This record gives sequence, structure tokens and C-alpha cells, in this order.
Amino acid sequence: MRELLKMHNITKIYPNGIVANKKVNFSVNEGEIHALVGENGAGKTTLMKILFGLERPEEGSIYINGSKVNITSPIVAIKNGIGMVHQHFMLVPSLTVAENIILGIEPQKNGFIDFRKAIEITEKLSEKYNLKVDPKAMVRDLPVGMKQKVEILKALLRGAKILILDEPTAVLTPQETTELFNELFHLKNNGHTIIFISHKLREVKQISDRITIMRHGKNVGVFNTSDVTEQDISRLMVGRDVILKIEKTKSKPGNVVLYVKDLNHINEWGKTVLKNVSFSVRSGEILGIAGVEGNGQRELVEIITGLRKLDKGELILNGKVINDFSIRERRELGISHVPEDRMVYGVAADGSIAENLISDRFEKKEFNRRILMDMKKVTNLSNQLIKEFRIQSNSPKQKVRMLSGGNIQKVVVAREFSSEPKLLIANQPTRGIDVGATELIHRRIIELRDKGVAVLLVSADLNEVMELSDSLIVMFGGEIVAYFEDVSYVTEEELGAYMLGLKKQSLEEIRRVLYA
Amino acid sequence: MKILEIIFSTSFGYAILRVTTPILFAALGAIISDRAGVINIALEGTMLMAALWGVIVSAFTHSAWLGLLAAVISGILMSVILAYFSLNLKTNVVLAGIALNLFASGGTIFILYLVAHDKGISSSLKSEVLPQLTLPLVDKIPVIGPIFSGHNILTYIALLAVFLVYILLYKTPLGLRIRAVGENPDAADSVGIGVNKTRYIALILSGLLASFGGAYMSMGYVSWFSTNMTAGRGFIALAAEAMGKGTPLGTFLSSLLFGFAGALANNLQSLRIPSEFVQMIPYIVTIIGLVIYSSSQASKPRKFKEE
Amino acid sequence: MHKEVLFEMMRTLVAIFISLIIAFIIIFFVSTQPTEALSKFLIGPFSKIRYFSNVIEMSIPLIFNGLAISVMFQANQFNVGAEGAFFMGAVAATIVGITMNLPVGVHSIFAIICGGLLGGFLLFIPAILKTKWNANELVSSLMLNYILYYLGIFIINYYLRDVNAGYMVSYKLNSSALIPKLIPGTRLHYGVLFAVAMIVIIYYFMYRTKWGYAIRMTGLNEKFAEYSGIRVNFVILYAQIIGGIIAGMGGAIELLGMYTRFEWQKLPGYGWDGVIVAILARNNPVLVPLAAFFLSYLRIGADLMARMTDVPSEVVSVIQALVIMLVAAESFMAKWRHKMVIKQAKEEISMANGGNSR
Repeated sequence: MRELLKMHNITKIYPNGIVANKKVNFSVNEGEIHALVGENGAGKTTLMKILFGLERPEEGSIYINGSKVNITSPIVAIKNGIGMVHQHFMLVPSLTVAENIILGIEPQKNGFIDFRKAIEITEKLSEKYNLKVDPKAMVRDLPVGMKQKVEILKALLRGAKILILDEPTAVLTPQETTELFNELFHLKNNGHTIIFISHKLREVKQISDRITIMRHGKNVGVFNTSDVTEQDISRLMVGRDVILKIEKTKSKPGNVVLYVKDLNHINEWGKTVLKNVSFSVRSGEILGIAGVEGNGQRELVEIITGLRKLDKGELILNGKVINDFSIRERRELGISHVPEDRMVYGVAADGSIAENLISDRFEKKEFNRRILMDMKKVTNLSNQLIKEFRIQSNSPKQKVRMLSGGNIQKVVVAREFSSEPKLLIANQPTRGIDVGATELIHRRIIELRDKGVAVLLVSADLNEVMELSDSLIVMFGGEIVAYFEDVSYVTEEELGAYMLGLKKQSLEEIRRVLYA
Repeated sequence: MKILEIIFSTSFGYAILRVTTPILFAALGAIISDRAGVINIALEGTMLMAALWGVIVSAFTHSAWLGLLAAVISGILMSVILAYFSLNLKTNVVLAGIALNLFASGGTIFILYLVAHDKGISSSLKSEVLPQLTLPLVDKIPVIGPIFSGHNILTYIALLAVFLVYILLYKTPLGLRIRAVGENPDAADSVGIGVNKTRYIALILSGLLASFGGAYMSMGYVSWFSTNMTAGRGFIALAAEAMGKGTPLGTFLSSLLFGFAGALANNLQSLRIPSEFVQMIPYIVTIIGLVIYSSSQASKPRKFKEE
Repeated sequence: MHKEVLFEMMRTLVAIFISLIIAFIIIFFVSTQPTEALSKFLIGPFSKIRYFSNVIEMSIPLIFNGLAISVMFQANQFNVGAEGAFFMGAVAATIVGITMNLPVGVHSIFAIICGGLLGGFLLFIPAILKTKWNANELVSSLMLNYILYYLGIFIINYYLRDVNAGYMVSYKLNSSALIPKLIPGTRLHYGVLFAVAMIVIIYYFMYRTKWGYAIRMTGLNEKFAEYSGIRVNFVILYAQIIGGIIAGMGGAIELLGMYTRFEWQKLPGYGWDGVIVAILARNNPVLVPLAAFFLSYLRIGADLMARMTDVPSEVVSVIQALVIMLVAAESFMAKWRHKMVIKQAKEEISMANGGNSR
């Protein structure tokens, strides 16, 4: 196999001072599937963004087929046969599939867009690569797996010989993942070269020929996949054996803290997103919600926490009906919420760490002396929480924006965990953060559980939701389709079947989650 | 009732189109920039600048058309400045717009004084006016004729512009790119469409349209320039565009609404209502229209966030 | 972190410097006596105590409007209604000043309070339209300014007009209402003390009280504020009401301190100046007086230049616009900052590698 792509001595420093890539060398052979692994923040996405022209390196060079290329923008990358399928899809929702695919290279007739040709091109492309899409469908209405196909077709249409896939399976079910892998093998056999970014080691072992491991911005090893085990890889990724198993004692659940009763919800687009959802969470237990994103979990969490109006059903917290309670009232009753979108809801990025830590309690008597706030107490609390949660920062006055993803999440968690909650809702609590922070957050969640807090854990990370939860419900199409009282008796394959809607428990089995 | 008599006269219908013209131009400009994801707050200042330069150049060259050209160029320049500061230097686009409006407000007085030696009005300059057109067959039709015929050429261009903007946005590659950039700039970026470049073009088109509106003010609506003569039309246009949901047809209809309010205000002067209250009417109507539109929006997410 | 603050100051100074240079160039081209014009513009205000006092007098309404806008901008509300609120505050003070007879001191204070309350009530309008119906507050406050102008003029013309005076002005206010001069021989009045007090009050309010905290968090990230339990709608409302109160008081104080009757025929424009001041001051109450002074100095200088040479005072609007756009430009000099950051990071890398620079 000959070398097709070489990135040499790449260094990238972001404006906030973070060194994302430190003199990285990266090499890919023609016609192989090459995995690029590392924890979040290791620099893999940055390296690929540089390859695709979305970022410029401070130093280093790129060679394709032996000749040096200067990739200044995505257009240049595309010209050099590089295509990228991003983690967050780059599609325009109100345009059709065909319009999205031909965007930028529109077929024209007398200066106007030739829509018929665009559809034709899409259909031909879809046939050729066996990626079935409907050219006239509006992207807004497509399921996630379909959107990904459109993204891949986009890259292929523009002549991509090197295809970069950034965490492609993050939003897919096990079955959709298998489908994707088949497509990738098909592409490989057709002469394409694939760079597969992932931190899912099992998949990496499954699909790749060779693997490059990154840690803290550096390349720490290149191997033939067959020569290394998952343990080897994870050791290089973090410099020690990653604790894939989470230590915890068996839970001793107490009374029902949260009782969700017959929740139904139609969203602003008119779609029914929650159908007769009922379950309960008891004190001292971690109830996980497994499911592919987009099956109602987001709306469910928003309704429970008060970010979304409840129209049909009941929410009962420790016996009190809280349907119309404001967010403040819910917090006062002891609901804490680690949001899915930390930058959107969890923090004010331009505020200081201290300001972010007190946002749920700044009105309380302990921080206010008549008219003015007691800034000393605020500083003391901040210092205490920074220490307790190991938030790496210069001072409590530092702007949250300057922190790394993991530390930002720690700020959120520090605030939400320290308010003595009775019910904790953790939504994707460790998404996109490093192993160290993940470990700390997991440990704290278990500590809270042992203190009697009721924890509702929503996670798309199967490993997390299966390891951390005591019991588990599965959501599909806005309904609960399964309840497992003891997670240790469930397999990933079985879960996948429920997550995809292939299996569904009987009503009786599901109703066992209600301990009222 | 005298009011009804006034409203249902053909001269009122004619007046509606007259008053609508500058608002419509600016509102169409607002559509293009808004769809590309940049708010052009500087429409007001752009119109004002265009109005001034139209008068000055037409006075010196004795040509209304050269005046129009100068107006358009000045409008484009304003947009280029706005684009440079907001896209290259990353100034908040609303603040940059406010700054440009302030600049235009004072700057036009400055230039007016230098050229016409008067800080209020340009009457010392003999500026030209753009021609009025009589539509050959239309003007014979009863009712329709007096309403639609005999307008300044720019009014007809404004009506034409509604179609042109529609075609631009929905049938041309540029329009597709503008809409992509406005809705998901990352998507546009990933296929190599220059987001900033597209926004530059959108702002320039927006300023171009607004400058037609400004030129109309001083070379059609009236035949002079007076300080701050645009009197908030650039902002009313923003409200019209919002009410029209960013579509050419909707914007046209809501611009007509404001034209109606303005024409009404002009005509009510003859009744015994204090002129101050009458002059408030267009602004009150704008607020009411804005409220009605915004409340009907509920919480429709404008920018769709992907998971 | 201190570096950030220094950097921002540098940026502001460079922005001012560039704007002044451009203004100078314009003056050079326009004037027949450029150096004369420039000197009047730059050092004119210092040449007489009276002129310098004018600078301070003018900075009073700028401070009030700057504070008003700062509070609203901190809540991320682009409400520019300070112009109308200021105007109507003066109208309210006129009404109180003409129709009532209260003891000295009480009369002025009462008039100022009325101005403030009216201002707060008026700017409640764009605020409630925003919270109830999500109507864009920039457009509604802009429209409101025009409406309030006509309303104010109507009230003055129809009810309070002094027919004997030549222009369209109101009756003279009762002298018990007027604010006395601080320094005899100048027009500087006690209002300047009010202004200073206001600065202190607003500073503490914004940075040391829970209401100010709520405003700032709402402005930084509304979704975060809501998620944290802050009643965002309420905050948006009171931020704008407070802005209205400050602007209304400013209008009353300006009238009572600088005039003996209501004389304005058009909107004085201080509200828009408040926007400039707020932007320059980064919405920080402590910096507002500096920005206000700067702007006022420019204005007075330009007025002097206009009076004594042939350059119209509106050249200031060029400076204003440029300064705003440069100061608010995040990328202005950002490349320089980025280079600094990279240099530092590179140093750190080579130190970590024990001096091996390859």
C-alpha cells in the first residue's frame, strides 16, 4: 500500500491559548480505512478540520500523493479530493435533499437553477453508491441516518477520494451502524480512502485497517489494527488503563420522588413527541433513559425541568403536582438539571466562574445582606466548589469561555450537584469531555445516589447508560418501549433492538417502572 | 363620513402607492440581507445618503439619471462600509448599523451645508426630478387608471423589484446560496461557499434597493433634500419585512399597509385633528403591525439547531 | 486577565485616534483655515473656563442617557427609547414646574421624580410588547421616539404655550422648580451631583445586587438565565423601566438646570448619544462618565470650531460613527492579540520540551 496523504509537523493554537495540535505527523495509505482515535479534546477533530481547510495551522505541511498542497479553505480541500462528513450535519433544513447536494455547484440554465437536472444528478448518485435518498424530500423532515447519507453523497459528488467521517456513529443505532460500515466497505472496495474519527474502540477494531492514536494534541502511536487490543489502544489514549467499568454498590431505592404520569406532548411543528409516557424515579436509584436521540428524550427532560410547557399529563414531585410550577419553584423543591447543551443552557460563557456557580441561588438570604449581595460568601463558595470539583482555572473571576470543555461541564455539575437536590436530571452529562472529568462526574453521581438523591440519567452513550444506571427504560418514537429493573441482565444487542423499535415490551412489563 | 370619502377616492389609492414606494424599496432590501443572516439596520441612513447625493449630483449635472446613479453608488458604499465592519472586523451588526445611521444623519447635514450653504434644506440647489410615466392603456381604465397610472418611474420599478427579488431568491444560484448562508452558515462553508462573500453581496444588494428608495424621496416624492427627511422609513421597512415573513409577496403587502397609514396621515391634516396626532399615525401603525405579526409567530424556531 | 483590560483600553484609544485622524483629514480638505479649525476643535474647550464648564454641563445628559442605555443593553435589550423618555421627562418637569408651586428644593425634586416615573412608564411599553408579543424592541422603541416627540410637542403647544414669546416655547417655569447653579458665573448646575450619585447607584445596582446580577446574566445568556430559574420576562421588563426612569430623570434635570422654559423644537438627540456613550463605556457605569466627557468634549470643541471657523460641527458624526464601529469591532486588532497568544503558547511548548525547539 502506498502513502496517499501525509500531514507533517502540524501545530495549531487556538485564540484562547489552547494548543490543539503539537507537531503532529499523520499518514494514510491509499484504499485503507484508517481510524483516528483519542479522547475528546485530543486534537483529532482539529487535525481533520485543518485537512479540510476549515482551520489553518500555525506550522506544518500537507502532502497528497507526494506533492505539497496548501489547503486554505474547504474549496481547496474539495479540489484535492478530500471530503468531510461532520459530526454536526452541515445541511440546510428548509432546502430539499437535491438542493443541499448541489449547493455551491448548482446546475444552471440561462442563469437560473436547473432543478430537474439537480434531481437527476442526485438520483444517479444515489444509485451508484447504493445510498438511498429521496431528492425531493426536505432535509428538515429526514431521520438522522438519512441525513448522514445525504452528507456522504455531498462529499462523493464533489469527487472525494479521501472521505473523513467525524464520529459518524454517535447518533446511530447499532443496526444503522452496521449499515454504515457496509457502505464504507463498499466505498473502500471502490478505491476510496476513509479516515474514521472515533473514540468507540470496539467499532474501530471492527472496521479499520490501521489506527493512529492521539493524546493531548500529540500523535502517540500508529498501528495495524490487528496488532493491538482495545486495552492497548485505551492505554495509549489516556496514558493509563481507562476504567471502562464503573465501581458501584447495588442501589437501595426508597420512596418515589418523581412520578411522571401519562405525559403527552405535541411539539411546535405539530409532531407528537411524547405518547402516554409514565414512569417513576425513586430516591437512591439511578434510572437511565436509553434511546437514539430524537425519540422524545429532549422534550421529556424539558417538561420535567420546566423549560417546556406541559400540555397533557401530570408531574408529581414528592407527592406535589408541579405541572405549572416555574423553573425557580422546581429548583426550590429540589430539582437539579445538568443540561444536554451546556453552552446554550448550562453556562453564561462570558460570565465568570463565580457568576456561573451561583446562578441558581443568588437570591437566597445566605448571599444577600439586605440590598447588597455578600460578595465574600460568593467568593468562598466559588473557591470551595472549584477545589471540590477540581475545576482547572486561574481564578473564580476567569471567564468560563476560557475553560476546556471538561472544565466547563465541571462548573455546571458543581453548581447542580451542590444545591442539595432531591431529584437530579443529568442529560448527556459527559458528552464531549475528557476521561478525567467523566470519571469525576460519574463518581459524584453515584455519591449523590448513595445519599438518597433520585437520579434520572439520559444518555446516548450506551456504555454510560448501561454502566451507570441501576434500572433502565428505553424510549422509541415518544413512547417507553421497555423497562429493565436490573441493567446487568441486558445486552447491548437487545437494547439496540428496543431502541430501533424492533421490539417492544408488553404494557404490563413497562408498567413495572411505576412504583406508586 | 368624510374619512370614508377620502379613503375610497382614487386619489387616495394613488397616494398609497406613492407613500409605499420608498418603504417597499427598503423593505425588499431588508429581505435580502435578512435571508443571508445579516440585519441591515442602516437602511435608514442609506436612504438618507442616497437622497442627498441624488439631489447634489443631479443639480450639478442637470441630469436626474446621473443623480440616481450617484444615489445608488452612495447606497452601495454605505453597505460596503457596513459589511466591512460587521463581516471583516466583526462589529455587532446592529451597532454598526446604528453607527452608520448616526453618521448619515450628521454627515448629510455636513455635506448639505458645504454644498448648499443651508443646514435645513437643499432649495438653493436646482436638482432634477425623475420622470413620471403615464401607462398608455391603463390610464384609460376607470378607477384603476387614476390609481396606477401617472406615477414616478421609480414606483413602477419598485413594483417590478418585488418580482425580481422573488426570482433572485428562489430561482438563482445566488439566491439559493443566500438562503443557505442565512439558515446554516456552516453548511454553506462546508461546500466552499464563502459565507462572508455571500453576505457582502447580500448587503450590497440590500443597500442598492434602499438607495432607490432614498433617491425616490428627494427626486420623486418631493424635489429637494431636507434634513432627516426619511423620518424613520428605513425602520418601518424593517418592520414591514418582519411582518412579511421575509417573503417578497408578504413584504409587499405589509409595505402597502404602511403606505396606507402614511397616506391617511397626510390626508387627515385637512380634518380638524391636531397635526401632531396625525403625524404619529404611521409610527403607531408600525408598532401595532409589529405586535400583531410577532404574536402570531408564537415560538417558531428561526434557526434550526441540528443535534 | 489584567492583560485583557489593558488590551481593551489600547483598542479604544487606537480607535479614537484613527477616528480623529480621519476627521482631521476631512477638516483639512474642507476648511480654508484648517490649523485654526483644528486648534479650536481640540483645545478650544480648555481655552476658557466657560467653555470647559460647557463640556461638563453637556456631559450631564450624556451620563444619564449613557447609564439608561447601559442598563438596557446589559439585559441585551436594544431599546433606544431613551431619546423619547428623556424628552418626555423634560415635558413632565415643565408641567410640574409651571402648574405647581412647591417650596424650593421640593419642587425640583418632585419634578425630577415625575420625569423619572413618566420615563419608566413610557419605556415599559416596548418592554411589555417584547415580553408579551415578542415584538422587536429596537423597532418599537424607535417608533415610540417619534410618537413621544409628537406627543410632547402637542402638550407643549396646546396647553403650555407662551403666546407672548416669539417661538413655540412654554411659559416660564416657576423659579422654585429650577435647579440652581453650582458655580456662579457658569451654567453648571447641581444636576452634576445628581449625575454622580446616579453613577454610583447604578454601579452598585448592576454589580452588587441580585437584581443587577439577574439583568447581567439575562443579557449574557437568556436561556441560561431562564434555566437557572431567573424570571427572564420580569428582568427584561424592569431593566427597560429602570432605563426609562434614568432617562426621564435626565430629561427633567436637563430642563430644570439649563433652561427656564421648554424650548426644544425637535428631539435633542441625547438619547442616541447615550448609545454611543454606552458602547464606548462597554455598558459599565464606572466608564460612562469618561465616555460622556469625551463625547461632550468633542461636541463642544466642534461647536467652537463651527462658530469661529468655517467647518460645520456635524463633522463630529463622522468621528462618532467610526469610534463606535471600531470599538465594537471584535476583530479590530484581534490578529495582534492572536499573535501575542501564539507567541506565549510557543514559548510554553519549547520550555516543556526542555529547550528542544525542533
